[in-house]
Amino acid sequence: MTGYLLRRLGVAVLVALTVSLLTFSMIYLSGDPAVALAGEAATQEDIEKIRVYYGFDRPIVVQYLDWLWRAVQGDLGQSNYLREPVANVIFERLPTTMLLGACALVFALVLAIPLGVLAAIRPNSLIDRLALTIAVIGQAMPSFWFALTMVLWFGITWRLLPITGSDSWANFVMPSIALGYYITPVVMRLTRAGMMDVLQADYIRTARAKGLRPATVLWKHALRNAIIPVVSLAAVQFGFMLGGSIVIETIFAINGLGYLAWESIQRADLPMMQAIVLVIAIFYIVLTFVSDLLNAWLDPRLRTA
Amino acid sequence: MAVTDPSLRVDAAARVLEPSPGQILRRRVFGHAGLVFGLAVLIAIIAVALLAPWIAPHDPYDQVLERKLIPPVWFDSAKVTWEHPLGTDHFGRDYLSRLLWGARISLMIGFSAMLISFVIGTTIGVLAGYFGGRIDMVCSFIITTRLSLPVVLVAIAVVSIVGSSLTVVIWVLGLLIWDQFAVVTRAATMQMRKRDFVASAEAIGCSTPRILLSEIMPNIANSLIVVATIEFAHAIILEAALSFLGLGVQPPEPSWGLMISEAKGLMFFDSWLIAIPGAALFVLLLAINLLGDGLRDVTSPEGRA
Repeated sequence: MTGYLLRRLGVAVLVALTVSLLTFSMIYLSGDPAVALAGEAATQEDIEKIRVYYGFDRPIVVQYLDWLWRAVQGDLGQSNYLREPVANVIFERLPTTMLLGACALVFALVLAIPLGVLAAIRPNSLIDRLALTIAVIGQAMPSFWFALTMVLWFGITWRLLPITGSDSWANFVMPSIALGYYITPVVMRLTRAGMMDVLQADYIRTARAKGLRPATVLWKHALRNAIIPVVSLAAVQFGFMLGGSIVIETIFAINGLGYLAWESIQRADLPMMQAIVLVIAIFYIVLTFVSDLLNAWLDPRLRTA
Repeated sequence: MAVTDPSLRVDAAARVLEPSPGQILRRRVFGHAGLVFGLAVLIAIIAVALLAPWIAPHDPYDQVLERKLIPPVWFDSAKVTWEHPLGTDHFGRDYLSRLLWGARISLMIGFSAMLISFVIGTTIGVLAGYFGGRIDMVCSFIITTRLSLPVVLVAIAVVSIVGSSLTVVIWVLGLLIWDQFAVVTRAATMQMRKRDFVASAEAIGCSTPRILLSEIMPNIANSLIVVATIEFAHAIILEAALSFLGLGVQPPEPSWGLMISEAKGLMFFDSWLIAIPGAALFVLLLAINLLGDGLRDVTSPEGRA
């Protein structure tokens, strides 16, 4: 068990370092970062000043190690635009995005798991077909278009929900649905497949033979095992949603990390962009590590693997 | 075909008793409603995209300001004209023509990005699955690292730094979405590697590239085609999202995502402006997904009835 965990941890740290290297090298994508920062009207002298000021004159390895060392200590640099430490701004915005992601995940699970279970109990029934149709339609709908359509109907035509901002719970309803519906098909399919497998198992037949109530067998005995792969899928999808929330946050003007990313692009604020990508990637790495742990804990067979 | 030749008649009688593999496949393909529907719609959209220069009623870039914002023909308005069946946008450009030309952009970007990711993903996957050991460790590490990078954020950041163009969008997406190809190829290759025909190819001294290309690849093609449809749809949805955020295809090009983005400001007055390109995206993605689901049903062993 300890060996397995240590190996996983080692891989996670290595992946994090590689990601940091990739994020760092983003500033060299445009060629010379000093020229890019100086703007079009800059003289050669200005460019040299900027190069020295930001430390671009040092060897790249030194720059990376310096950047990494600061990042590990929580110093992600200064925003070019806000003149504030990047880390402060990011951690101010992060909770909003987390909240949005969590709401979206809850929405997806609450919709997908019961549908998946019902579809598994009666394969090829009306409800199975309905679930399949929802899945197929859900996967074909671009989230930004779905979001705009909701804004139009619930926000403008029926005036049920506020369309921008992040002040009250009502602001989070549409964004959560827009962000979460996209993962319902995956969760539903996995739940359905898992349930269909488990329902064939001997222990379920035993439980039924014992005369337990069908509902108890279904929700307590079967679902508990069928849900294991869904847990790790949900963790991974949560990570994806944090990265993908930029589109939804810009539509609903939700003051989270995604909106910050979009603003930073408009302002050509590279240190901020770098830090956002890094933070979300690290968060994803931590999430997958935790879901590995969770899996090992839920399924003892994995521990020896 | 008229059966006059006696030898053919014998052949036909034999086939009634035992259908050939090709016949079984054809029967399964044409018996699958989703697959047939998806394929038909996709072919229709490809045809429309290819023929756009000839069937589009107007030049998609032609601005006629005195004819701006004409609603589509099914609207009850004095401005409605059959000269612009789907109306005109805020610059007076014919919406139908822009939609038809937009199909070219979606399909081209989606297909090219899918092709790039196919090459990268299958190379990594086949190497990892065939050689195993150290090579597998390195390849798996690369896959894990790629998965921890948030696709939308990285794509947006890179595009904003490098500058946007069709080529840049294609390459950025292609370099980001190969993970599924790699994961599926790796797993499928590992399965194939244990099979006797690979061992016999090794025994008669076939070179490794030959084994990989003509023994392994043809046998895992089924799963790869399914992944290809998924990634084709994925690339199209990402292009639309990037263009929607203003970081993909640049004006005045008629990309569907960009059309939705340009109409965003007017959506409260003329909601059809976002409904039409959105519906086009939805139909295209639905067709590709149905085709992919159908191919999976038809080619997977469980789908063989």
